[in-house]
Amino acid sequence: MKLKLKVWRQKNAKDKGQFELFDIEASEHMSFLEMMDVLNEQLIEKKKEPVAFEHDCREGICGACSMVINGQPHGPQQGTTTCQLHMRHFKDGDTIAVEPWRAKAFPIIKDLVVDRSAFDHIIQAGGFVSVNTGQAQDGNAIPIEKTQASKAFDAAACIGCGACVAACPNASAMLFTAAKIAHLGLMPQGKIEENQRVLSMVKKMDDEGFGKCSNTGACEVECPKEISIANIARMNRKYMAATLASDKK
Amino acid sequence: MKLDSKIPKGELAEKWTKYRGTMNLVAPNNKRRIEIIVVGTGLAGASAAATLGELGYKVKAFTFHDSPRRAHSIAAQGGINAAKNYQNDGDSVYRLFYDTVKGGDYRSREANVHRLAEVSRNIIDQCVAQAVPFAREYGGLLANRSFGGVQVSRTFYARGQTGQQLLLGAYQALSRQISRGSVTMYNRHEMLDLVKIDGKARGIIARNLLTGEIEKHAAHCVVLATGGYGNVFYLSTNAMGSNVTAAWRAVSKGALMANPCYTQIHPTCIPVSGEYQSKLTLMSESLRNDGRVWVPKKKEDVMAIREGRKNGNDIAEDDRDYYLERRYPAFGNLVPRDVASRAAKTACDEGHGVNSTGLAVFLDFASAIERYGKSEAHSQGIENASSAKIKELGEAVVEAKYGNLFEMYEKITGENPYKMPMKIYPAVHYTMGGLWVDYNLETNVPGLFALGECNFSDHGANRLGASALMQGLADGYFVIPYTIGQFLSKEIRTPQIDHNDPAFNHAAKETEARIDKLLGVKGNQSVESFHRRLGKIMWEYCGMARNKEGLEKGRKMIQDLRKEFWGDVFVPGTSKEFNPELEKALRVADFLEMGELMIVDAHDRNESCGGHFRTEYRSAEGEAERNDEDYKYVAAWAWINDGDPVLHKEELEFNNIELKTRSYK
Repeated sequence: MKLKLKVWRQKNAKDKGQFELFDIEASEHMSFLEMMDVLNEQLIEKKKEPVAFEHDCREGICGACSMVINGQPHGPQQGTTTCQLHMRHFKDGDTIAVEPWRAKAFPIIKDLVVDRSAFDHIIQAGGFVSVNTGQAQDGNAIPIEKTQASKAFDAAACIGCGACVAACPNASAMLFTAAKIAHLGLMPQGKIEENQRVLSMVKKMDDEGFGKCSNTGACEVECPKEISIANIARMNRKYMAATLASDKK
Repeated sequence: MKLDSKIPKGELAEKWTKYRGTMNLVAPNNKRRIEIIVVGTGLAGASAAATLGELGYKVKAFTFHDSPRRAHSIAAQGGINAAKNYQNDGDSVYRLFYDTVKGGDYRSREANVHRLAEVSRNIIDQCVAQAVPFAREYGGLLANRSFGGVQVSRTFYARGQTGQQLLLGAYQALSRQISRGSVTMYNRHEMLDLVKIDGKARGIIARNLLTGEIEKHAAHCVVLATGGYGNVFYLSTNAMGSNVTAAWRAVSKGALMANPCYTQIHPTCIPVSGEYQSKLTLMSESLRNDGRVWVPKKKEDVMAIREGRKNGNDIAEDDRDYYLERRYPAFGNLVPRDVASRAAKTACDEGHGVNSTGLAVFLDFASAIERYGKSEAHSQGIENASSAKIKELGEAVVEAKYGNLFEMYEKITGENPYKMPMKIYPAVHYTMGGLWVDYNLETNVPGLFALGECNFSDHGANRLGASALMQGLADGYFVIPYTIGQFLSKEIRTPQIDHNDPAFNHAAKETEARIDKLLGVKGNQSVESFHRRLGKIMWEYCGMARNKEGLEKGRKMIQDLRKEFWGDVFVPGTSKEFNPELEKALRVADFLEMGELMIVDAHDRNESCGGHFRTEYRSAEGEAERNDEDYKYVAAWAWINDGDPVLHKEELEFNNIELKTRSYK
């Protein structure tokens, strides 16, 4: 199939950036990133600079790949990362626009690569259980209801890609933050610190420059792991409860 | 060089406990001023950095990723083994130890493996305490499943994303230490050299991947947890960025690379579909719990399938060869990975491969769907259920077990595995070889440690499923935090290491020169094209089956390719900027040397064992023939200055397990 690609090129954070047009021939069996590989091989052949993009596992789990394809983070296929998206979802003659995540908290490094360290900072603010190695009791000492563990897993499936932020008109990181708070809070091991966790992670999220949530629900629609927006509602409840319970003046 | 494994004396089952109890310690006041560099933050590296930070050391952790959460441990699907015996099915520390040594075809160190089996139980406890959402039974207790090569159910799992959940646990523990200031995290930094002072590892040279700056980082010791080298084959299930560079730079500074020829070819991966392909995708071994592997018996059926005139469902039951069940009745479809892979290769070599390339076999869930469907119909009280109803019910059960894997298969191939048998073929997945380490996980370079897939010690010539996660976390959480004290307790009087020491300046200059040389070639071929060619040579001559002649040919081809690379590679951009092509070029340059060493090792080992199969050494039935008399050793190779590799041997002693021909029949 013959395609036209409209790819965002930007030298660095300070550069203004613009779209560049390419013609490319792809096979329907290729993944989207393999198509980008072919483009880069062509550019290198012409001694031009290849398009920088993030990718690693190419099986939809590491969360590195991050392209807005025709306006949608990770492209048109529901519940699918860019690396798992295959060209059979496009038609011969299509023009495809490829852009980076766009959010104040995710500054552009080069072309389609952005800096997502803000997510690490949110986790560092409390996205963990405070247990040192060696302190644990037997794994079966605390039974956990199967459905509860399963709900925790659903939230824990987040891959930290940032599509939720890219999809949100306010570039909010509520879904990412809420998913971690839900994962830990739904497990008895993580329950103990939940009040403190929700306060400090939400504060960090705001400090990092993410926007507020206005319940558009775009994050849930674009999340490649289909993480539920119900986690945000849960976080809001916990946040309010924690604020009321807080000793801080 | 005499390789001292430093295995403690005493009874096997007591070695670790006694050793741990009598080990040298570093007092808290000294820990505060001792610095440790940890390179790599996957399961082994993140768990080590977090635990060392908890203990009070000053830790600096490095990853080339933008976040530790991207490490390739995240992609492990199936599970993690532990000798908990929660299923009451006869499991024990000894049985896990025995299965691992046998599975490794008697080429691993007894004492290391026993320690691994012992601490496996603590790992599960630790991860549960971190709130890892493991699969659970209705009663709320932890669930288990079976994996290849064993007859008990000891694998803990979190759907098909066990690696992800365990890595996030370790990443979160690491994040906690970062927030406390005990670990300083260097994201997007790639180690490009090891720095030694007076023979001891004292730091690294790292490239800041964002700015291209060459940085000098000093510490009292260096821990490498940088994963395996499977990407030497270009196509593998490894992530695109997985590489050998950190380990290989250590080798160039005198560390020994052990058993490099032991590579694991995983039997159930999605087959190669075209030249443009960048990587291969694994379908978890857990699928072999329910999937049956087969090829058509008749060549005309094979041709009809290849030409699209028939599909798997059209082949009558009697015309199918369920070759694993036929050849290995005791273990059936759950034979170990090396055995299953070779059997698939044999079936395809004999002309029974079922896709257009001839390199694929079926993994069929129809029987499982029917079995589960009938059982489900029975429990729902449906009498005389129609076959359509049975199918529907059975598919729902299979979906609950393997839904995410089936979905992934469909996304990649465009075929529905509930309706049609999957097509699979073996692919490079894991490397058992790695840096030589002693019982303390210390390499032959004092102060340099290696953990996880990066070292060689626990899996012998073949790793059993669900054991990589176990080893990574064992090394990081429960071994290195103790054993590192054996080295550091002697370093308490050593002041802070100065990163302006001449050794650092020299190494930094060498690294810069290497980068400039690569950029200066300004040839005509892309890095990718060289990598792809290297992979083809490795797969052809040092893949699932090897022989003397082929290995000799392959070695020559790699030497030529390396020369061509340094004479004609084109790396765009400059050194002082974010330049992914340059990163790749540096890695491929090292793969071009590592590949040759793998071939040298495979050539030297005149036997078949585990993942290393030499066609000259096989029984009349085609099974691997080991040679314990001559090759019961660890082959640890020195490679300095592109010269002839030098072999150092560590004899393996088996005092607790009788050496037998591995049989799964």
